[in-house]
Amino acid sequence: ESAEEDKKTKGRGAKKPAAGKRGKAAASEDGEDEDEDDEPPKGRRAANKKKAAQADEEDSDDDIPQRRCAGNRRRGKVRESGRDGENEKSGRKSRKGGNKKKDGKGKGKDKENDKDSDKDEKKKKNSSGDDSKSDEEEESMSEGEMAKLMEEVEEKKKLIANIRNKPWRMRRRLKVLKEAQQFVDKFEGALGKGKGRKLYAYKVMMMKKWIKFQRDFENFRTSCIPWERKIKEVESHFGSSVASYFIFLRWMYGMNLVLFSLTFGLVVIPEVLMGLPYGSIPRKTVPRDEQATAMDYSVLMDFNGYCKYSVLFYGYYNNQRTIGLLKFRLPLSYLLVGIGTFGYSLMVVIRTMAKNADVGGGDGEDNEFTFAWKMFTSWDYLIGNAETADNKYASITTSFKESIVDEQENQKDENIHLRRFLRVLANFLITCTLGGSGYLIYFVVKRSQEFANMDNLSWYEKNELEIIMSLLGLVGPMLFETIAELEEYHPRIALKWQLGRIFALFLGNLYTFLLALFDEVNSKLEEEDSIKNASIWFVKEYYANYSANNPNDTGTPPPIDPADIIRGPCWETTVGIEFVKLTISDIQVTYLTILIGDFLRALIVRFLNYCWCWDLEAGWPSYGEFDISGNVLGLVFNQGMIWMGAFYAPGLLGINVLRLLTSMYYQCWAVMACNVPHERVFKASKSNNFYMGLLLLILFLSLLPVVYTIMSLPPSFDCGPFSGKERMFDVIMETIDLDLPAFMGTLFGYVANPGLIIPAVLLMVLAIYYLNSVSEAYKNANMELKKKMQMARDEEKNRRNNKDSTNQVMKDLEDLLPNRAHAPPENRAEKKHDQGGKSPKVKPGTAGGGVHLQKDVSLASANPSARGPVTRAPGPRGPGPLPGQPGPGRGQGPPPRRQ
Amino acid sequence: MGGTSSKLPKDLLSEYQELTFLTKQEILMAHKIFSELQDRENGPYSSRVSMEKVLTLPELKSNPFRKRICHVFSTSDMKDGSLSFEDFLDLLSAFSDSATLEIKSHYAFRIFDFDDDGTLDARDLEKLVNSLTGETDDTRLTAEEMRQLISNILEESDIDKDGTVNLSEFQHVISRSPDFVSSFKIVL
Repeated sequence: ESAEEDKKTKGRGAKKPAAGKRGKAAASEDGEDEDEDDEPPKGRRAANKKKAAQADEEDSDDDIPQRRCAGNRRRGKVRESGRDGENEKSGRKSRKGGNKKKDGKGKGKDKENDKDSDKDEKKKKNSSGDDSKSDEEEESMSEGEMAKLMEEVEEKKKLIANIRNKPWRMRRRLKVLKEAQQFVDKFEGALGKGKGRKLYAYKVMMMKKWIKFQRDFENFRTSCIPWERKIKEVESHFGSSVASYFIFLRWMYGMNLVLFSLTFGLVVIPEVLMGLPYGSIPRKTVPRDEQATAMDYSVLMDFNGYCKYSVLFYGYYNNQRTIGLLKFRLPLSYLLVGIGTFGYSLMVVIRTMAKNADVGGGDGEDNEFTFAWKMFTSWDYLIGNAETADNKYASITTSFKESIVDEQENQKDENIHLRRFLRVLANFLITCTLGGSGYLIYFVVKRSQEFANMDNLSWYEKNELEIIMSLLGLVGPMLFETIAELEEYHPRIALKWQLGRIFALFLGNLYTFLLALFDEVNSKLEEEDSIKNASIWFVKEYYANYSANNPNDTGTPPPIDPADIIRGPCWETTVGIEFVKLTISDIQVTYLTILIGDFLRALIVRFLNYCWCWDLEAGWPSYGEFDISGNVLGLVFNQGMIWMGAFYAPGLLGINVLRLLTSMYYQCWAVMACNVPHERVFKASKSNNFYMGLLLLILFLSLLPVVYTIMSLPPSFDCGPFSGKERMFDVIMETIDLDLPAFMGTLFGYVANPGLIIPAVLLMVLAIYYLNSVSEAYKNANMELKKKMQMARDEEKNRRNNKDSTNQVMKDLEDLLPNRAHAPPENRAEKKHDQGGKSPKVKPGTAGGGVHLQKDVSLASANPSARGPVTRAPGPRGPGPLPGQPGPGRGQGPPPRRQ
Repeated sequence: MGGTSSKLPKDLLSEYQELTFLTKQEILMAHKIFSELQDRENGPYSSRVSMEKVLTLPELKSNPFRKRICHVFSTSDMKDGSLSFEDFLDLLSAFSDSATLEIKSHYAFRIFDFDDDGTLDARDLEKLVNSLTGETDDTRLTAEEMRQLISNILEESDIDKDGTVNLSEFQHVISRSPDFVSSFKIVL
């Protein structure tokens, strides 16, 4: 048996380099291979021979680049299996799997069909012997063999899981898959004996079921994603950038749907079903003096009347601790849902950002590959529309030309002073605009407070604030765009500035609005005390009057009509109404802008063109373009308003869901019907996370005022679920005291103890510090590696330019090595970096001939020169591949190339 | 294994799911579209669809690399770029949303490798630039610009300085690109 064992290791040792030698990239693998088996180079050479002999047929029906990339494939596998390691239990094992996968596959194949002299098989011919043997000896397996078999089965499974990652033909993959499956089926049962056997079989079965279930679930999930086709249509017409807006909109819709169901399921519907009905208590009744106008049409616009005293707003909710038969704790649920809304949104946004960052992969910042990227990645394969394709051609051409010009005269500074002056001027103008818009809003809010005390206002006066804010949102960006012309930035930079400015404008407006609102709230709070006294006094008076008027009646007096009771201003509902009005007017303005700015314009351009002096389509008005950044920002800010307002107006979420739903269809239609593709087609790629970042910022900024009001303002005394409490969060304390067992109360008491909180905060700060420094260290390491790479590259360049300057040892070596130019060290170094510099064996760029010497030697042996004839005498590698290369067959390296 | 009957057998379907990055619906969709293409094929019934027919798909119609894509994914012995259903699935899988960078870059390389010699040399790059800038004369680059551009590209990505970009160099370049994966996509 030991002899067999020996044979086996030899076989494997020989195989591994054979596989390793199939591509340059495999060089990097070598380090790992050597860790595992310290095979003498003899084995390698033998493998070389064998491999070379088989190489020809091996790829005969495969395509050429395939073999060139074999090394890469292997590398990919290593990476993949590393990824697998995260999912599966044994990361170590799976890393090994990366190296061994090939072996396993080969073996399995041999077992099943010796008749099949297929390409995959040959490289492992030598292993077939022991495999078939192990097949026979299946009956009397020792522990070690069992383990080995188990490992093989595991590898097979991994192969099955990863097979789609192999750039092979379908037929080949199908075959490999079938064989692997057969192998697994055959040997899985053999594993585990006696008692363990059944359990194992069961586990295997469950695993299969689970995988199937997962796949079905995945299928189901993808089929549930709405608007796939709509978005695809947009995608093919306008490229991925416009589509990214719709994807963002869809994502937003999904998130809002969850928020909506949370709020409606846990707050609104319980209140409707189990709470007191309308008209039962003052807060649920329209006051007497408003009843005349409570059903006016204008209620739909300003949300007074019945709307104000409906389930849509905070004020309607009762402060009963529990409602209905189920003893639903509505106030508690109200608060928790309010907090949960923020919690859920934060989680989703951050998770999406992390996922995007993960997918984004490399850092697009460094300009290492400007041209190559423009060349290789600029085409958007989603484009399926001739016009868009033409635009894309044009934009690619311009970008090529631009970058060539940039490269030629890296800097053209005509009048730098003038430009500087213009830029300063532009920024000054924009700051003025921002300040002006802030002041305007503040002024309007102040004025609206005055209006609030007046009667018979016109429609404009009632809605002045919303109109002004929407108009500012409309005019501001255009103004900025005009001003930005002065600056003459590169369009991409200009876009960034533009986005930042619009963001500042919106944010400034929103916060001025909030500040003014707080002013109002504070004045209402002051007012409230006196009203509260008046209200109490009114009730007392009523009863006193009643008993005075009916001295004979000893029973309880009839209750006062709830419409007559004096009420407080209920600032929460006021805030809620403000946000709802703002949202509604935002929707109106957005939709009208699309209707007028896009649809009407398109109509005019299209039909007036028949009888006009110049070509309207090509000339001035032309068709509109889809303004991605503006739309995305609008969406983001709308969401910010929803977040801020949702606590005081639970109905806002419903309105928003409707809005998103309609705007999906509306905008899809508008974009397809009236817009033309961008002249400069931008790509979505990175901007996705940029938008997400904006969303996160807005989320945080809208979190602040809400949390502030919850924590520090006293709730109104006669409306809302928290009325009668000092602070809104008292409801939690109440629940702890009354509903939870006593020890929970004390537990919470301890937890809330500063003695515990401060250490916890400290711990978190430390953790953040630690993680931060770790990531910093990684970043530094990354930079270091990059620098080394650059150094190695420069060195190589120098060497090629003046060969004499390098030292004698290197020159000697170069003379010895065949195909010096074909096996540069950089390639290897690069690969190393790709793997995160796993093996310390080769340190690229470390100066000194010794290292290079080692590098070159190992490289040369690992790369059996898949290119053409070798002109120089074979070096230390020996006659390995040469005899085995009978002329350049198809798939046998490139035809002789010009150098 | 033709898979061209009007309905896909169930086990084959699940195998296809295993082997590609496509979901069940996408495979069925692909099958439907492929059958339609087959029906439109004039002449004798075959399991393949000729390149001309495949190129009538709206998804490929305006792609400058459409012919290359067909050639790369075709297993036809005639080298006519005709696709069998499995080739078609291969194509869609490589261009699907969930395909890995590894696969995508591999096929991108093959698509850009116009003369199928396993490397991108200056002629390949020139052809590539011409495909990207469109057919018309006013978008085309001048010879001088072309030379400059190609030398810049080689300067950047040809790491071993052999005058060509090979697959590993290509993948190295591509793997850093922020938007390759998102744009190398075709959805039916």
